[in-house]
Amino acid sequence: MKLPLYLDYSSTTPVDPRVAKLMCDCLTQEGNFGNPASRSHLYGWQAEEAVETARRQVADLVNADPREIVWTSGATESNNLAIKGIAHFYHKKGKHIITSKIEHKAVLDTARQLEREGFEVTYLDPDADGLISPAMVQDAMREDTILVSLMHVNNEIGVVTDLAAIGEVTRAAKVFFHVDAAQSPGKIAIDLEAMKVDLMSFSAHKVYGPKGIGALYVRRKPRVRLEAQMHGGGHERGMRSGTLPTHQIVGMGAAFAIAKEEMAEENERILALRQRLWNGVSDMEEVYLNGSIDQRVAGNANISFNYVEGESLLMSLRELAVSSGSACTSASLEPSYVLRALGMNDELAHSSIRFSIGRFTTTADVDQAIAQVRKAVTKLRELSPLWDMYKDGVDLNSVQWAAH
Amino acid sequence: MAYSEQVIDHYENPRNVGKMDEADAQVGTGMVGAPACGDVMRLQIRVSEEGIIEDAKFKTYGCGSAIASSSLVTEWMKGMTLEEAGEIRNSSISEELALPPVKIHCSVLAEDAIKAAIDNYKSKQ
Repeated sequence: MKLPLYLDYSSTTPVDPRVAKLMCDCLTQEGNFGNPASRSHLYGWQAEEAVETARRQVADLVNADPREIVWTSGATESNNLAIKGIAHFYHKKGKHIITSKIEHKAVLDTARQLEREGFEVTYLDPDADGLISPAMVQDAMREDTILVSLMHVNNEIGVVTDLAAIGEVTRAAKVFFHVDAAQSPGKIAIDLEAMKVDLMSFSAHKVYGPKGIGALYVRRKPRVRLEAQMHGGGHERGMRSGTLPTHQIVGMGAAFAIAKEEMAEENERILALRQRLWNGVSDMEEVYLNGSIDQRVAGNANISFNYVEGESLLMSLRELAVSSGSACTSASLEPSYVLRALGMNDELAHSSIRFSIGRFTTTADVDQAIAQVRKAVTKLRELSPLWDMYKDGVDLNSVQWAAH
Repeated sequence: MAYSEQVIDHYENPRNVGKMDEADAQVGTGMVGAPACGDVMRLQIRVSEEGIIEDAKFKTYGCGSAIASSSLVTEWMKGMTLEEAGEIRNSSISEELALPPVKIHCSVLAEDAIKAAIDNYKSKQ
């Protein structure tokens, strides 16, 4: 069976073969299998050395001190540790947290949990481009605000938050600033020495590293303290207990080191591919790119094909591995909450597809995707009563629909 | 999600796609669903003097199961009397297409579309 063409790099990436090789060297008896916490023999010392090298590699990509990097199981855990950790440690200072409506569920669900515990959360509405401005954060700030949590790059629409400017606002108010950066390393430069970000969540598997490993950056100056979520042997300076998985950590370190080395060239290549994709479909009628075109990572193209329903489009695009903004495999037929937060109507949200381009995407892949999308959209519009009505000049908003 | 062979067949080769003149007295049009819910079906029937459905056409905005459900009922309805068509139940549609539970609403919508088309035709007589 011919495998579908992978254009879902925002969902996850394959492990770079160079990374996989290094990981394999940390598993078996002949390899570096020791427990990094073992202090009494060479196996432990070697494993610890590998872990610390990786910590430096992760810190180097984001211009941080290696001592500010805490290993976790992934960005979800990092987000939980940062948000609950701050809320629980500083709850006497205040009960108010600010985040946005387009955050990943790992942030939104964590915020909901804190609401159940008695915290108050403000969920900011982004502008029509999907962006949160420093002024929006400033306006939502209260006397009792303790934390602002925003994502660096949105997973669905790829737009980039202005962290430097928002960091100025939060620091001036002495409010902690956490950033979910699961989607940004290797895609845009991150300088934690320059930006006033206090906590930042990372994931390895979005950057050609393995799944099951991530990190949380915890600033040392000014110092940020957290209440641990995972208790045990006191690993990671007490912030996250659990035996360190050497092979996973080595994989994350290697993946971040490669990203640092190659990101400039890689992003140039990927941007050209995305422009090729967009140019290849945007001449069709009623096709829209969702989210800011300028303030956006290179690999993401979230496109709405109006009057075509997303799931049927995906069915026509079976040879492409992409994501739909419409989650109508569930009975609820909910369109993407991110696209809805941009103020987009349900039809357009239902008809969106996220293409995400990455390290192993070729020009031929993009051309194949363009051809298949054009064919599918044309076919489904011929089948669509909404397209007929649009062509007949009927205003769909004026129709009385029987909602079901 | 895995689709049944029947759904894929109707989706790949939809039967009776098209549009009839809504103003024609012999034509009944049923439009059900809403864009916001991700499904809109338009089903049309042409009824003979004798009350037999001579032709049926559809267009559907929706998932593969919605397209397949409407395509299937156009096939079934042709040659039926209005009464027979009015007795088509969503359960037979979902059974024929082997729809999973989350897609049962597609067959319900198709049944609603049949009823709406018949009502529309009757209202014109």
